Amino acid sequence: MSQWEVVIGIETHVQLATASKIFSGAATAFGAAPNTQAAPVDLALPGVLPVLNKRAVECAIRFGLAVGAKVAERSVFARKNYFYPDLPKGYQISQFELPVVQGGQIHISVGQGDKAYEKPVRLTRAHLEEDAGKSLHEDFHGKTGIDLNRAGTPLLEIVTEPDMRSADEAVAYARALHALVRWIGICDGNMQEGSFRCDANVSVHRPGTPFGTRREIKNLNSFRFLKEAIEYEIRWQIETLEEGGTIEQATVLFDPASGTTRAMRSKEDAHDYRYFPDPDLLPLVISSEWIERTRAELPELPEAKKQRFMADYGLSAYDATTLTASLEMADYFEAAVAAAGKDQAKLCANWVMVDLAARLNKAGLEIAQAPVSAVQLGGVVARIADGTISNAIAKKVFEALWVGEGASADEIIERQGLKQITDSGAIERLVDEVLAANPANVAEFKAGKEKAFNALVGQVMKAAKGKANPQQVNALLRQKLQAPA
Amino acid sequence: MSLTLSEVERIAHLARIEIGSAEAEACRDQLNGIFALIEAMQAVDTAGVPPMAHAQDVCQRLREDRVTHHDPDGRWRDRFQAVAPETEAGLYLVPKVIE
Repeated sequence: MSQWEVVIGIETHVQLATASKIFSGAATAFGAAPNTQAAPVDLALPGVLPVLNKRAVECAIRFGLAVGAKVAERSVFARKNYFYPDLPKGYQISQFELPVVQGGQIHISVGQGDKAYEKPVRLTRAHLEEDAGKSLHEDFHGKTGIDLNRAGTPLLEIVTEPDMRSADEAVAYARALHALVRWIGICDGNMQEGSFRCDANVSVHRPGTPFGTRREIKNLNSFRFLKEAIEYEIRWQIETLEEGGTIEQATVLFDPASGTTRAMRSKEDAHDYRYFPDPDLLPLVISSEWIERTRAELPELPEAKKQRFMADYGLSAYDATTLTASLEMADYFEAAVAAAGKDQAKLCANWVMVDLAARLNKAGLEIAQAPVSAVQLGGVVARIADGTISNAIAKKVFEALWVGEGASADEIIERQGLKQITDSGAIERLVDEVLAANPANVAEFKAGKEKAFNALVGQVMKAAKGKANPQQVNALLRQKLQAPA
Repeated sequence: MSLTLSEVERIAHLARIEIGSAEAEACRDQLNGIFALIEAMQAVDTAGVPPMAHAQDVCQRLREDRVTHHDPDGRWRDRFQAVAPETEAGLYLVPKVIE
């Protein structure tokens, strides 16, 4: 298989986070009763005219700026003509020759550990268009039911150059794009509800020869399906070619149940969309003032934030990447650092990435829903840092905050008496008691069994209810055990 | 440039317009007449002139992102669907279309 090179380009339909549709005043909310969010414009009633949603345009501008693209000063809407009942006008309003966003790129990180690498994926364009309605093919005595609630929902279709060379790169791109559109607040990213859907164009060829004929896998709405579909398609194309067959250009669907792709029945005129400028819509003009205003409102972008986390807080690339996976996580981390002190950034990073992440995962919550606020977590970290509590007690305090036993780490430490014992006299008394009560362990240690030492440490910590400073316990215990009898 | 009869029939098919053979021939002649006009216009030098997307030199007016169509109990839907040939459970029913 190594003598084949894979070429992948991706088109993504990103549903824009607007309240109303791109050309009508109907709502875009998910899950409404059928056709109760279908206004006359969405139904294509005679005499109606589309009026463009300003917020949809603003989302496109935000995206263009975030990927370093050219935001077109003037772009044009076009009619893409085809007959299908989920689009009652007989055409989809889209953009063809002059899209609103031109060029740009997205950096992707692929693989892990030694095999990890980064590369840019160039974008061709991104254009505004309307979504189609939904067809329901079951239970209507041989007919198809049409729900036009989704018709007219604003989409940004983002098209890459054929820059990806493996399913892993394609998934890395889709993940990076998904994180970015959520980061800049233009899409809710809900893949189950279809807010983020990918089409993958896949071809294979021998290195040094022209690109092969591509097949387009439609409507992949999970990262796992994207990977499985592309991997299957690559294997299928290589097998077909190695058996002497040829690849016909086609649109294919992925069946998650069987893990295979199959070609859709295609008519020879299926792709003759006869685009032309929509006479119902004037050219979209975006002023440089609007672009600059939008630029000023953009949050710090993931890559810039990652670099700043590394420079300002001394975090590793891995930590900085993990903490900038979403804006919510990055904000949480920075708020925790602000509460704990900048010197504790690494400790805060560990708590956010390990303890908090694990607890959220266990509870099935997102970071925005965390019962422990960033300021509360910062308070826990500050008390570890100043030696008030050990790491083990800190986990107790964190859990207590999680279940709402107190408003702050200090309150819980105070009320539950968790303050670490650092008084060496008190620790020494505990050590002496434990040594006297556990002669067997003492003897084992003296016979060279290091494990026995740990058992004794455990006994002291138990006697101290976990509150003794572990370093002091270790030092004192060793000192006493090694002292000449 | 001129169109052949089969091209006219194909365009009619794409537009879902039923067309008889006599009508197709008449259409072809009319369309070719229009192409002749376009050819005459193509003699004009348009170098440096941006393509015109609209007859009026104005730009798109934008609306604020507000929901103005409210139909929680489906009353508008029922009125719209009163003229539909067939509906069920709030859906428009159409002849089966499936890939």
